[in-house]
Amino acid sequence: MSHLFTLIKKELRELLTPATVLPIVLLALIFASMGGLTGNLEESVAAEPEVAIVNLDEGGNYSALFMEVVQQANATVVLYGNQSDDVGDAVAAVKDNGSMAALVIGPDHSSSIEKGEHGNITVYWNMKGTGLMNSVSTAPVELLLAVVERETTHALIQSMIDDGQLDDREPGNITAPISYSSNTLLGDMVMEDIRPEQVSSFMMTQNFLMPLLIMIVIVMLGGIIISSMGQEKENKTLETLLTLPVNRTTIVSGKLLGSAIVGLLFAGIYMMGMSYYMDGLTATAPVDMSEYGMELGTLDLAIVGAMMVLAILCALGLCMIFGAFAKNYKVAQSLTIPISFLAVIPFFVVMFADFKSLPALVQAVLFIIPFTHPMIAMDNLMMGHMGLIFSGMAYQALFTLATIMVTVRLYKSDILLTGLGTTLRSGPLGKLLRLR
Amino acid sequence: MDALVVKDFHKSYGKHVGVDGISFTVKHGEVFGLIGPNGAGKTTTLRVLSTLLSVSSGDMLVYGRSVVDEPKEVRKIISYLPEDAGAYKHLSGRQYLEFISKFFTTGDDRERMVERGMAIADLGERIDSKVDTYSKGMTRRLLIARAIMTRPKFAILDEVTSGLDVINAAEIRNIIKDMAREGVTILLSSHNMFEVEYLCDRLALIDEGRIVAEGTPEELKRRYGAANIEEVFTRAVAS
Repeated sequence: MSHLFTLIKKELRELLTPATVLPIVLLALIFASMGGLTGNLEESVAAEPEVAIVNLDEGGNYSALFMEVVQQANATVVLYGNQSDDVGDAVAAVKDNGSMAALVIGPDHSSSIEKGEHGNITVYWNMKGTGLMNSVSTAPVELLLAVVERETTHALIQSMIDDGQLDDREPGNITAPISYSSNTLLGDMVMEDIRPEQVSSFMMTQNFLMPLLIMIVIVMLGGIIISSMGQEKENKTLETLLTLPVNRTTIVSGKLLGSAIVGLLFAGIYMMGMSYYMDGLTATAPVDMSEYGMELGTLDLAIVGAMMVLAILCALGLCMIFGAFAKNYKVAQSLTIPISFLAVIPFFVVMFADFKSLPALVQAVLFIIPFTHPMIAMDNLMMGHMGLIFSGMAYQALFTLATIMVTVRLYKSDILLTGLGTTLRSGPLGKLLRLR
Repeated sequence: MDALVVKDFHKSYGKHVGVDGISFTVKHGEVFGLIGPNGAGKTTTLRVLSTLLSVSSGDMLVYGRSVVDEPKEVRKIISYLPEDAGAYKHLSGRQYLEFISKFFTTGDDRERMVERGMAIADLGERIDSKVDTYSKGMTRRLLIARAIMTRPKFAILDEVTSGLDVINAAEIRNIIKDMAREGVTILLSSHNMFEVEYLCDRLALIDEGRIVAEGTPEELKRRYGAANIEEVFTRAVAS
């Protein structure tokens, strides 16, 4: 057992270098900052408006209504004036305070509306920059103005009803005569008051982020492991290792477990970055899907975690088989392509389509790829496709076992040092891998 | 006592015959040299003896242990130093010796083994530097230290001074002489005929997978009427 620990420690030392860890940490930080950015945008949209107001229609009914809406919206008024000379001060105050806008209510605002003409409000937007964030910061004031417009319309209709120009009815029923109620059908479920895009937004974690996480971890880990094996051969450290008094199975296990720890560590780092990203996204999903069973419990998360570990082990097994054929670092680099390909295919497919909705042949192909299963696990758990979950796990376990057995066999054979034999070399696999 | 008995050893790679039925013995405490042109089968023989490659037919017995039937037992006896071998670049010299020592012993014995390795490597303070900062000579010294600090009964050295400058090569040869004096049996291959003559008690000349001559350097020089082993080599291969 101590030999195994020694080998695992050696693998960790070899694999956890600044050159391998930094890209992972940087990518996780990018995700985290993307989440922070999304969160900031949401906060910005939900922020209370901060404005300067010049009311040149003081005493008018509709300017009073305007101020009432401003008060109800908890808007911060950095400057209030009622003279035309105040407009310059209002604009300056908005700039100095970094406020969103200066609003000028025209002198004939109320009387114009009462005469059936347009009221007049002038907005001076304070554009702080040309970036995305700056354009979004206008939203709270846009919302305020929309409420002003709606309330003004209702007040106008109410006054027409009071004057007998219209039948007595709720003004809102005139401006919005139809009330929509959206329900979404998904599988056997009827989700009340939920629109399909809200479901899609909620399911984004399953359909995009988890597959992305798995794809990135497998692609990067595959590159690191195969390259490490290529270097070990090129430096002939593998030859020394294989002549030490230790079982080949222990050597393979040491490499596999050491690499698996690194893989899980990388996945953990990504998960942290992703969780920040998700925190940013959850603000955009105002619906609670848990009442429809679309929520992952502790056991579900454990299953997803187990499938992810199995996927990493499958990837490592494949990497070690491919790595066994890598005679040097350069060849090793090209051998990472098939592994990456296997991780990218299910990622793109499940990103655009639900597994169950795919043709049987495509489903079969995806099922054979062991990395597919954790990518579709969350979706399947929520939808109750437990058969697919358990058969996927069983397949992953068998795949891992098979790759370990093949790897141990390769480590006991000449192929590890001599490359593929003459027969294989001249065969289709040899030609495909361009091995000599 | 025979340290190594090679019995009708064949090794093929597909249709290519690497070694075509060689037999020889190495006595305990002897320094035995395998010399021959490139592709003659020297490295293949050393790799099979080190249990890295399988035999196609025949066998090799290291102190009575078969590389075919008891490879793990053979690995406990031998120490193999491949040509142009390297060490793990992210480890320091000391860490590398510690890593290797963990497969052979524990506790105080292990510490003594590492101390011995550091003394053989003689890298001074640089023993704590990362291996990737070492020169080729320093790396070779570290690897020699790795190979013999475990006090193997049988050391297999492939082109041990290949690519080293004169000073480093001379130092390595002295280390090998010291090893032999301590009773370690050594099988080495080399293209350097001066080195072979200086180090080896006996030699086998191998060409196209077959042994074409075997004996002490003096016997071989007499047999081929040569002034040195280089002449022996060229005449043996030409005939």
